[in-house]
Amino acid sequence: MINVRDVREQFPILDQEVNDHPLVYLDNAATSQKPVQVVEALEDYYRRYNSNVHRGVHTLSSVATDGYEGARDKVKTFINAAQREEIVFTRGTTTAINTVAASYGRANLQEGDEIVLTPMEHHSNLIPWQQVAKATGAALKYIPLQPDGTVSVEAARATINERTKIVAMVHVSNVLGTMNPIKEVAKIAHEHNAIMVVDGAQSTPHMSVDVQDLDCDFFAFSAHKMCGPTGIGILYGKKPLLEEMEPFEFGGEMIDEVGLYDATWKEVPHKFEGGTPIIAGAIGLSAAIDFLNDVGLDDIKTHEQQLAQYAMDQLSAHDDIEVYGPPANERAGIVTFNIHDVHPHDTATVLDMKGVAIRAGHHCARPLMNWLDVAATARASFYLYNTEADVDAFVDALVSTKEYFGDVYAE
Amino acid sequence: MSMQSNLDALYRQVIMDHYKNPRNRGEIVGDALTVNMNNPSCGDKIQLHLKVDGDVVRDARFTGEGCSISLSSASMMTETVMGKTVDEALELSGIFFGIVQGEDYDDEKYDLGDVEALQGVTKFPARIKCATLAWKAMEKGLDKD
Repeated sequence: MINVRDVREQFPILDQEVNDHPLVYLDNAATSQKPVQVVEALEDYYRRYNSNVHRGVHTLSSVATDGYEGARDKVKTFINAAQREEIVFTRGTTTAINTVAASYGRANLQEGDEIVLTPMEHHSNLIPWQQVAKATGAALKYIPLQPDGTVSVEAARATINERTKIVAMVHVSNVLGTMNPIKEVAKIAHEHNAIMVVDGAQSTPHMSVDVQDLDCDFFAFSAHKMCGPTGIGILYGKKPLLEEMEPFEFGGEMIDEVGLYDATWKEVPHKFEGGTPIIAGAIGLSAAIDFLNDVGLDDIKTHEQQLAQYAMDQLSAHDDIEVYGPPANERAGIVTFNIHDVHPHDTATVLDMKGVAIRAGHHCARPLMNWLDVAATARASFYLYNTEADVDAFVDALVSTKEYFGDVYAE
Repeated sequence: MSMQSNLDALYRQVIMDHYKNPRNRGEIVGDALTVNMNNPSCGDKIQLHLKVDGDVVRDARFTGEGCSISLSSASMMTETVMGKTVDEALELSGIFFGIVQGEDYDDEKYDLGDVEALQGVTKFPARIKCATLAWKAMEKGLDKD
């Protein structure tokens, strides 16, 4: 079990008042807060050994290189990749998926081929495939969702066929919290010689991930949602696939030989890391992984599910609050909802006045909003430092919102 | 100012009245131009329908979805610009963009009617885009360039 009091001491940002109320931060699916360990690791790098990596002969450069490449080893272990070369540092999940779509997708797709997605994809795992489909003539196919917003293996099996070349699926939905059957779907994809691409932005921060067990071909996630800094993410790819792919960006750091008219590339992963890499980001991510490992991913997952259950139990007492998605025991710590007759922006504004930070809008998942038949929703998302008291403050603020708008309507 | 009075300043009664009972909601029958304006960060979508006769805005109606601030602002905007000349409507728009940024305006020279109630949005920077959505659509529709 998590000692939340101890955990919260590592997050000084949580100890403040917003609009005269104690901050209740429930926008973790957008970005998490950072513990002091991560902030100090960044500060330490910039204060003591800031230097460019790989090409320097001097001492600081080799310390920085150790930090940067050490982060790669740490990520490899964190997601149980088979080899360190399978870990590519990118700007974030979006860049990671764009790399696969632009490089692997354009080289391997043609007219008649199909890319299989779900309607719950975040735009980052949707638009890159729309673009590669347009460029190659491949078609997009969607696995229909079950009524509770889950993906069934049977529906996946019915959609994937011999024309399928790529299956791209979110691991955990950033709206519904749905945990998708990646391992089972990857197996079906492989039976049809398709590859499996996974958007792990919402799973990696909250549960232990084993890419070899999932047997996915590519897996993307971002550091900033898992206590790390912004600006860095990971593309995991099976080594033979990464090796056959062309780089996505060209320039310094990623080359082997360069002439006036042509050049050759470094080995993986470096051919995908053109330019000065995200050194501080990698070092911060490394500290974030240490922090999460110390707390324990299994305990974090349990803690968040308990909070989601606690929140959903309380919300179920309100007939005029609709919660979207599967039951709490089948979802991650994300609760998306609407108050009847109150627009989610208005809900979020009133909650903010009570110090409660939530998200309102379409959550970069427009097709899913259409599937839910709503223009927008409000979303509370939990992390390891949230408490039942946070949920209570959240529910109290929702009751205030209902009262406030009930009153203004009545006037 | 307390949080409650800030909220009350944002959600003035007149705003909620326009939200609950929007004026000029619907499409224009016959010849009219339609401007689509989205707030991509939040999903608000407004379609503004304008009928301009010579230099005068004869009719202004709106359809779409959004929060209380964006829809009430659309309702007020259509009331305000109807019957005005294109230049007058664009000038009022400029005044309105100033108001939501906290700027004063000459209330003897400009009669903004209910629109003045949206002043409260200045305390809520995240909601300024909601208030200005319909006005941006109007500017786009009347833009002579």
